[in-house]
Amino acid sequence: MGLDIRLPIGLMFTLLGALLACYGLATSTDTNVNCWWGLVLFIFGGVMLFFALRQRSRQKKEGRNL
Amino acid sequence: MHLHLIDYAIMLIYVGFVIGIGFALKRYMKTSSDFFLSGRSIPAWVCGLAFLSANLGALELVGMAASGAKYGIATCHFYWLGAIPAMIFLAVFMMPFYYGSKARSVPEYLKLRFDERTRCFNSLTFAVMTVFASGISMNALAKLLHNLLGWDYNLSLWICSAVVLVYVLKGGLTSAIYTEVLQFFMIVLGFAPVVYLGLKDVGGWTALKSILGGVATDPQKLGLNASHTFAPNAWTSAWTPIIGGPSANPMGVDVFAMVFGLGFVLSFGYWCTNFLVIQRAMAAKDMSAARRTPLIAAVPKMLFPALVILPGMIAVALASQGKDGYRLPPVAIPDRAYPAAVAAVKSGSDAAAISSIIHHGVNADKLAALEKASASSSDAQIGEGLQQAVTDTDYDGVILSLVKKYCPPGLMGLALTALLASFMSGMAGNVTAFNTVWTYDLYQAYIKPNQSDAHYMRMGTYVTVVGVVLSIGCAYVASNYSNAMDIVQLVFGFVNAPLFATFLLGMFWARTTSHGAFFGLCGGTLTSALFHGCTLAAGNAPGVKGGWIAVLQILPSEMAQNFWLAIFAFSSCLFLTLVISLATRRTKTNEELKGLVYSMTPKIVEPDQAWYMKPGFLGTILLLICAGLNFLFW
Repeated sequence: MGLDIRLPIGLMFTLLGALLACYGLATSTDTNVNCWWGLVLFIFGGVMLFFALRQRSRQKKEGRNL
Repeated sequence: MHLHLIDYAIMLIYVGFVIGIGFALKRYMKTSSDFFLSGRSIPAWVCGLAFLSANLGALELVGMAASGAKYGIATCHFYWLGAIPAMIFLAVFMMPFYYGSKARSVPEYLKLRFDERTRCFNSLTFAVMTVFASGISMNALAKLLHNLLGWDYNLSLWICSAVVLVYVLKGGLTSAIYTEVLQFFMIVLGFAPVVYLGLKDVGGWTALKSILGGVATDPQKLGLNASHTFAPNAWTSAWTPIIGGPSANPMGVDVFAMVFGLGFVLSFGYWCTNFLVIQRAMAAKDMSAARRTPLIAAVPKMLFPALVILPGMIAVALASQGKDGYRLPPVAIPDRAYPAAVAAVKSGSDAAAISSIIHHGVNADKLAALEKASASSSDAQIGEGLQQAVTDTDYDGVILSLVKKYCPPGLMGLALTALLASFMSGMAGNVTAFNTVWTYDLYQAYIKPNQSDAHYMRMGTYVTVVGVVLSIGCAYVASNYSNAMDIVQLVFGFVNAPLFATFLLGMFWARTTSHGAFFGLCGGTLTSALFHGCTLAAGNAPGVKGGWIAVLQILPSEMAQNFWLAIFAFSSCLFLTLVISLATRRTKTNEELKGLVYSMTPKIVEPDQAWYMKPGFLGTILLLICAGLNFLFW
């Protein structure tokens, strides 16, 4: 149905991960789970984004070949 | 509890993305098939995760953690016994008929297989139950957010509903399915750190088992709903306490009721006939994807107890240790009882008098200390102190109490967003199932047949709004009547339990007649009501909990009563359908039953599919893994 759901999922989790990790770094002097979990979300989002973009470029290539 | 800017930012990003998905899909909604059925174009992995996510409403997350606290690891039976076998059966045996018959909904399959009466009965009960289920889930979430976070009840209810309405209205079923996938990941990644931190805090799995062993031998100490003591493994073994009989496990059920009542009747009745989840599989792009949908969903479903049941067990262990002053969350004092209760504290009333005002038990020592300090305290401080003195436990608050304990700002926003995501996925599932059944099985069938496709699509958008508004109305009803949920669950049990017998005979016995199906279904539903009216769970008063005709049998627990009710309803429906079918003539020819009945349908041959990708093989592997999990936690 036109939309590859991995694209918004990847975008959202990389954004949330980056936000959480940066917030964790900025508040690390406050006596770091935010940093680590932000990194996990960022990597998960990145993997999703990678697969979505790879699929997109494949489809474009197939479109050009046709 | 105070939320920070980062928490609100996380929630806003999530809401922005789910609404964005709805708008991105809007341009693909050209026909009613696109809106209601996703144009049957969605890949299997997306349908599989949506299949699971639609079932993962807020009630599931909150309720399973509560059951984990009350019953321990035996709650896993709702997954390993009460879901996985039924999901595999659906994939291997039933999906070919649902998908292959080209029926647009489960009630429409009943029409093709039997007649309009059976379809009408099923679609009416399903539509009503769906709206009520959605409303009750909304009420539970809004109440939880109000009690634990202080959020306004009305605001929580309307904002969450508005978000769901916007994205379902824009992108129909496709939007609901796509956002359910996003919500699935949000739920997993939002709650995983809470479970990890909690388990680490109690000292790991071995330490948790040892602490819960102490709890089982004296459950009263924590005020757990157990009237006697158990063996040390009652909270940490899945089967041994159940095999020991109703008095040996906190659920109060026997092994036959568990295996046949939950493992067969209730689970197959839900997973194999409920349009809410089957709609996700029917949206798949081809037959192979439709059959793989429940199998894909079964993989995370098997592992979900670690995410939703384990927190309840961790909470009990923490409360048992009294670590950092943690206690199981007390029941919230109703807002309207506060002024009278505060006045009673100021006037030095005793614990019994205050208990009668707030309708919950009060710790006398804490109350005495509160009364001593009341002269120098504000009303708000007295109210807060009184809340802490309440002794009754609110098990539904267990999951949020752990979120509050372990999540700093940031992770807190993530966990709360996960809770909102679970609510939205459940509600969107209910709304999309409701609008499809209403439009195709009631409106098009009985009110306005033979209209244009655009007309039905327009009706679908109108009824989506109506469905959300009705759900909100039901949420308010549930908030005003404390036993509304009991009544709805009761009626749901009456209707759902016999339904699987109708489908089982309809799909696998060509001799089943439409008279047999309809009267069998009515008889099964009536049997449910009679059984409920004549039985009562120990400790309950006759009324909405049963025994409203006469108390002929006392059962050890409400759960045992539910399981046995399902067994009786299924058996009577099966028997009546068999007898009436044998006594009446078939109205459908063999040709008409092709694609609807097992023996009349050519076997599916997929020569391109590798043997290890066939549903039968995958289902067997999943069953073996599920059996392994049962043995691991025996």
